[in-house]
Amino acid sequence: MSNVFIAFQDNEDSRPIIEAILTDNAAAQATYPTGLVKIDAPDRLVIRRESIEELTGRPFDLQQIHVNLVTLSGRIDEDDDQLSLSWIN
Amino acid sequence: MTVDLHTREIKPLRNTFSHTAKYVGNDKPASRYQEATLDTQPTDNFHYRPTWDPAHEIFDASRSAVKMADWNALRDPRQYYYATWTMARARQQDAIESNYEFVQSRGLVAKMSEAVRSKACEVLMPLRHVAWGGNMNNSSIAAYGYGTPFTAPAMFHALDHLGAAQFITRLGLALDESAILDAGKNDWLNAACWQPLRHYVEDTLVLQDPLELFVAQNLALDAQLYPLIYGNFVDDHIALRGGTAVSMLAAFMPEWHAESARWIDAVVKVAAAESDANRQLISGWVTAWADRAQTALTPVAELALGDAGVVALQEARDALDLRCEKAGLVA
Repeated sequence: MSNVFIAFQDNEDSRPIIEAILTDNAAAQATYPTGLVKIDAPDRLVIRRESIEELTGRPFDLQQIHVNLVTLSGRIDEDDDQLSLSWIN
Repeated sequence: MTVDLHTREIKPLRNTFSHTAKYVGNDKPASRYQEATLDTQPTDNFHYRPTWDPAHEIFDASRSAVKMADWNALRDPRQYYYATWTMARARQQDAIESNYEFVQSRGLVAKMSEAVRSKACEVLMPLRHVAWGGNMNNSSIAAYGYGTPFTAPAMFHALDHLGAAQFITRLGLALDESAILDAGKNDWLNAACWQPLRHYVEDTLVLQDPLELFVAQNLALDAQLYPLIYGNFVDDHIALRGGTAVSMLAAFMPEWHAESARWIDAVVKVAAAESDANRQLISGWVTAWADRAQTALTPVAELALGDAGVVALQEARDALDLRCEKAGLVA
């Protein structure tokens, strides 16, 4: 089992994204290196558009995450509704 | 000589203020919303009682019949504080500006039929005054309510209402000459179909209990008015008859209504869950004010949609009742 991770700049724009990730991925752990929020999760991590919209109450385009995205690891599977990271091929 | 650069991470001992940590813990950094909002209500050592209301302190929870052990429980799920709120609204303003540009550069208003254009003006112009009432009422909630988590979003909501009133004004100026605003005011003051709604708005202006005012304005009235006017009338009725331009220029209102409904529902849900007394009080207000709002909106619905108006209004009422049910109110 290996971890995937994703890190965002620690600001108000990424707050709902991070909250949504932590709600949707029970095994995910957030750490706060200076200026960043890094989320590690075993094997798989998913970002769901719907969960973010539920938190903000406004339509969200998943491409907006790239404004504050710093780094990630894992194989990306992405469509309009979700972005997932995993090592499963 | 070589210089070795090291980065060293310094872990802060405290992640947030202790009054914030009291609510959210000290395990991780608190959000700006939490720091700007939780437990920031002034509570002690007031100088003297206001001469205009000697029965209460200047900030006094007893202005409302609703009792909360801790008013910091009434939080905003959107987590708006000044910066996030202004950023969200600035983005919406940009979107509306580009809608205006689109409509004006292509002359879409001139392509609407005269009947549709004048119908849109007839129904929408008097609503400037309803939105202004919403502005006054939410300012009053912000002034006399208790607890920053409840009063700060009420002030944002007051300014959002003002924004809605301004968008209606601008829409009127885009559709017609400035005399249309006077015509709208004249209808608001004199036309029979607007009088029950005007009576409702004017009665809410003098409501003293901030929570009751919150229910009467933001839940009972707006939850029926906005779906009826911006959903059924503008986005369906007018748009289907070639008035898509109106729908584009009024796009802020339905979007804002859907977004702010989450805050409004969260407030009544938490307040009602606090105690049975609160639940009964709030349910009573909702039923009384929603019934009255439905009656007041009936002639407006008929003006906007003809015979279909009553059905559309009943749909909006049913949706409101469903929201109340989900919030744990017996409506």
